[in-house]
Amino acid sequence: MDLLKFDAELCTLCNKCIQKCPFGALNMGEKGIEVNEKCRMCGVCVKVCPQRAIRFEQKARSQDKKDWKGFLIFAEQERGKIHPVVFELIGEARKMAEKVGFDVDCLIIGGKGTRENARILLEYGVQHVFVFEDPCFEGFRADIYTDAAAECISRQKPASVLIGATALGRSLAPRLATRFHTGLTADCTSLDIRENTDMVQIRPAFGGNIMAQILITDSRPQFATVRYRVMDRAKKVEAPSGIIEDMGISDEMRQSGIRILSSQVIEHQKSIEEEDILVVAGRGVKSERDVEMCRKLAQTLGGQLAFTRPMVEDGYGDQKHQIGLSGRTVRPKLIITLGVSGAIQFTACMNQAECIVAVNTDPEAPIFKIAHYCIVDDLYQVVPVLMECLKNRKEE
Amino acid sequence: MKIIVCMKQVPATTQVEIDPETGSMKRSGSSTRTNPYDLFALETALRIREKTGGTVTALTMGPDQAVSMMKDAYAMGADEAVILSDRKFAGSDVLATSFTLSQGIRALGGADLIICGKQTTDGDTSQVGPALAEHLHIPHCAWVNGLVCVDSEKIQVKQELGEVTQVSEMKYPCLITVDKDIFVPRLPSYRKKKATQNREVKMLHLADLPDQNLTRYGSIGSPTAVDRMFAPESKARQIHLEGTVSQKTERLFALLTEQKII
Repeated sequence: MDLLKFDAELCTLCNKCIQKCPFGALNMGEKGIEVNEKCRMCGVCVKVCPQRAIRFEQKARSQDKKDWKGFLIFAEQERGKIHPVVFELIGEARKMAEKVGFDVDCLIIGGKGTRENARILLEYGVQHVFVFEDPCFEGFRADIYTDAAAECISRQKPASVLIGATALGRSLAPRLATRFHTGLTADCTSLDIRENTDMVQIRPAFGGNIMAQILITDSRPQFATVRYRVMDRAKKVEAPSGIIEDMGISDEMRQSGIRILSSQVIEHQKSIEEEDILVVAGRGVKSERDVEMCRKLAQTLGGQLAFTRPMVEDGYGDQKHQIGLSGRTVRPKLIITLGVSGAIQFTACMNQAECIVAVNTDPEAPIFKIAHYCIVDDLYQVVPVLMECLKNRKEE
Repeated sequence: MKIIVCMKQVPATTQVEIDPETGSMKRSGSSTRTNPYDLFALETALRIREKTGGTVTALTMGPDQAVSMMKDAYAMGADEAVILSDRKFAGSDVLATSFTLSQGIRALGGADLIICGKQTTDGDTSQVGPALAEHLHIPHCAWVNGLVCVDSEKIQVKQELGEVTQVSEMKYPCLITVDKDIFVPRLPSYRKKKATQNREVKMLHLADLPDQNLTRYGSIGSPTAVDRMFAPESKARQIHLEGTVSQKTERLFALLTEQKII
């Protein structure tokens, strides 16, 4: 195997690499370590060698890291508005940029109104916003969006490019990373930066059962897509000093292999399984009017109201909104149960929720065993206070 | 019309544990299944073939054990199944995987339409499809959840992009990644299974691919490296909020806001 290099001068014959090789691909030859055909280039030997006597000759395409500086954020637009994930990306990038002395720039591509949106970005303290505005960018077409973004990236040479992990972002990012022959970490939930400008990227794998920390050490730019609602939104700066730069658009750049025939806003009734936030009314909720109070809470939180089985049997809701073995199984980010006792038939179908809040007057109610936050009190007092908190926040 | 469907064999369960001592992953058992989203891709290909004629090839990169998945693809109705298998492919990330697939497609003489599932259940990245399109220099549409029209010249697809549904048209060659709502995958047919039990699954090795540059494949061709794996922090349960009703509720509001849950 030519690509695994062995330095005989450094080797102390400690045998560690031979013991650790999972494929039995190493043996001690006359001139030191020899690699045979069983090698799968897994890199275990490179890692375990205390003398660093074994190394890969060439890793991907090594770039001179010093030539690549700064953060570039792709500012996605959805129906003419800047997608909120963009402000979170700016916030996170500014935090990292401070550590290594980088600029934070944005790239925005779209149809009419794109330049106006670029101005909004400046208020959040970015240094440059590069704008591609042209009717050809009305609606997302992966090929020409990639061409435009690639042109900006080749010119700017950013060390990292951050893109929201939205449907559009996850269609664009892999094409871009491939064009630059570099690494892309999908769907990051946490980012940090090292002094040498390597980003430490953490992402869930196996349906969230495991977290992986990923590095792109030898190529630039480093691409990452980042989930919406996991990072802190950037704050506006007092005296924005950034500038807008219009990017030229050639006829060639308008040539797409994709033709958009129509584009429609989705009007789709979400099922309770799809909701991120659910409020559940249990038997502690006494009347139709009180159910409406719970529904109002759910709507204010941006979610839906669901029910336990007895409530559905009493006609307060339908089966589509029933949680439990005879109803639906849900796994929202937040579930607030109001006056729910927590029978096993119910909890079995919601205990995978990321955050469970239980409000019940009975301290012995089984729901408290699985809840993350427990409030032993009267829902008729708790809900109005919570509504008040939400109202105040809105006014701020 | 030549259609290639990219598939992957994934662990049968997503329940994985981390060995606290070594920090490496404990894969519980070795049972595998076909990535469920790839079945939607294969079903889409078979339905298109019913309309336009032509052939459906199932393509995977993976170990020799992938033969069992390919036999299932035959039993569903695929005409040809190809495994890209070489130990030099091991340790591939998105870039190296999509490159290897693109080389496999070139070795097979190209395709008019390439269909991928929208994601796998082990990596969850959704990135290989669009990256593959880039390697092949062809347009793509991701997150396709419906076919509007398909003939021997072009395909019209419905894509869900956040708040909008977009209908896009592409001429061949092109690539789509499909979502689970597109069609219900058929079950493998017993008759087809019997009929294809001796049909060969083609194996392609590095030596069969047009680009022989070793630095493009496997872990060397992969710019991303997993530095470490760890179990996600599990959230503490049964935290009782104390005080008056207002205090408890305001505390709850503060906790939920802090964690960006609301």
